[in-house]
Amino acid sequence: MKCRKCGRKAVINMRQHKLALCAQDFLTWFVKQTERTIHRDALFEQGSNVLVAVSGGKDSLALWHVLQQLGYPCNGLYIGLGIDDGSAYSDRSRACAQQFADQHGMNLKVVDVAASHGATIPEAAQVTRRGAGKPCSVCGLTRRYLMNRAALEGGYDVLVTGHNLDDEAATLMGNTMNWLVGYLESQAPLLPEKPGFVRKAKPFHRFYERETAAYALLRGIDYIQEECPYSADAKSIYYKKVLNQIETDRPGAKQAFYLSFLQARDQIQFTGSGERGPLPDARCSTCGQPTRGGRQCAFCSTWQNVRARNKPLEPGR
Amino acid sequence: MPAKIQYRDQIFDVRSGMTVRAALQKLEISPESVLATRKSELITDDEILQDDDHVRLIPVISGGQR
Ligand code: SF4
Ligand SMILES: [Zn+2]
Ligand SMILES: [Zn+2]
Repeated sequence: MKCRKCGRKAVINMRQHKLALCAQDFLTWFVKQTERTIHRDALFEQGSNVLVAVSGGKDSLALWHVLQQLGYPCNGLYIGLGIDDGSAYSDRSRACAQQFADQHGMNLKVVDVAASHGATIPEAAQVTRRGAGKPCSVCGLTRRYLMNRAALEGGYDVLVTGHNLDDEAATLMGNTMNWLVGYLESQAPLLPEKPGFVRKAKPFHRFYERETAAYALLRGIDYIQEECPYSADAKSIYYKKVLNQIETDRPGAKQAFYLSFLQARDQIQFTGSGERGPLPDARCSTCGQPTRGGRQCAFCSTWQNVRARNKPLEPGR
Repeated sequence: MPAKIQYRDQIFDVRSGMTVRAALQKLEISPESVLATRKSELITDDEILQDDDHVRLIPVISGGQR
């Protein structure tokens, strides 16, 4: 198969675009497409001060690399979750992120959950209602909160994450299978800033996961290939597999499912129950973040709980 | 001499002369979920497997949140 641009041997064929490219032209295309997405979806402006949420995986490192190429001033943020059962997942993913930062002369800020909040994510999950052995709920809440806070405190214009189209399509499938209206309302490549919340954007939301992986590979980016040990039975992986089966039979179906949702969501009248709804005027009594309902935000009440329950335990239990 | 396809820690023998895509389908691996490499070079899945080829598949699906 030949590169459509130059006729040399192609290394990737993107069926949904009917586009095969050689390594050089793919890398150029990929960076340009990211820039187009940033403009087309009005994610942020040239010169914006960007904070990249870096996990050590292919998507976030590729994103950091591309944004640097595009000339955005951007620092990385790594949240140390303390997920280390046997596989040393957190340590190794952090090492990938740090090595990338060092190699490219970029600045990585590390927030370690255990050091700053007194328990690792798995420990926290053990002792809260949210967890019950499955740490993803505490993990998601904690990461979202800490990333938002780091971005606000650092004075960044926007926090970006490496979510790709496969991530978004899998989330969409989960949200529609269960008709989670609030989540559907807030599923978007851009969440504008509002008091207490930084602007959030997903510059890779139009790329297939194969493409972000190919970019990382061709650039020689050393990323963590293993998954978090808790993701094994994640529904998102199941939905991705199903979507890929459909995609294999009908190239472009995965993309159409997600992109036509983005168009349709503008025609759907949501009632404002999701993250995009009006801001509650109540504030968390501990951290001051706008919050719905109770006196404390979900993050503060969860972690207060964790610290209270964690105390009597022997370290290392 | 069959060609070899390596996926995670498994190695499959497949007939040479067929395309990478056909081999993947035979192995019930979604071509969308992997990138194929030969001698560390990325290849498209219309490549025809030669005798003694060793194709390594790189899984691209990641789970959880990031
Ligand atoms: S899979 Fe791992 S990293 Fe992802 S939310 Fe769950 S615990 Fe956190
Ligand atoms: Zn080319
Ligand atoms: Zn709070």
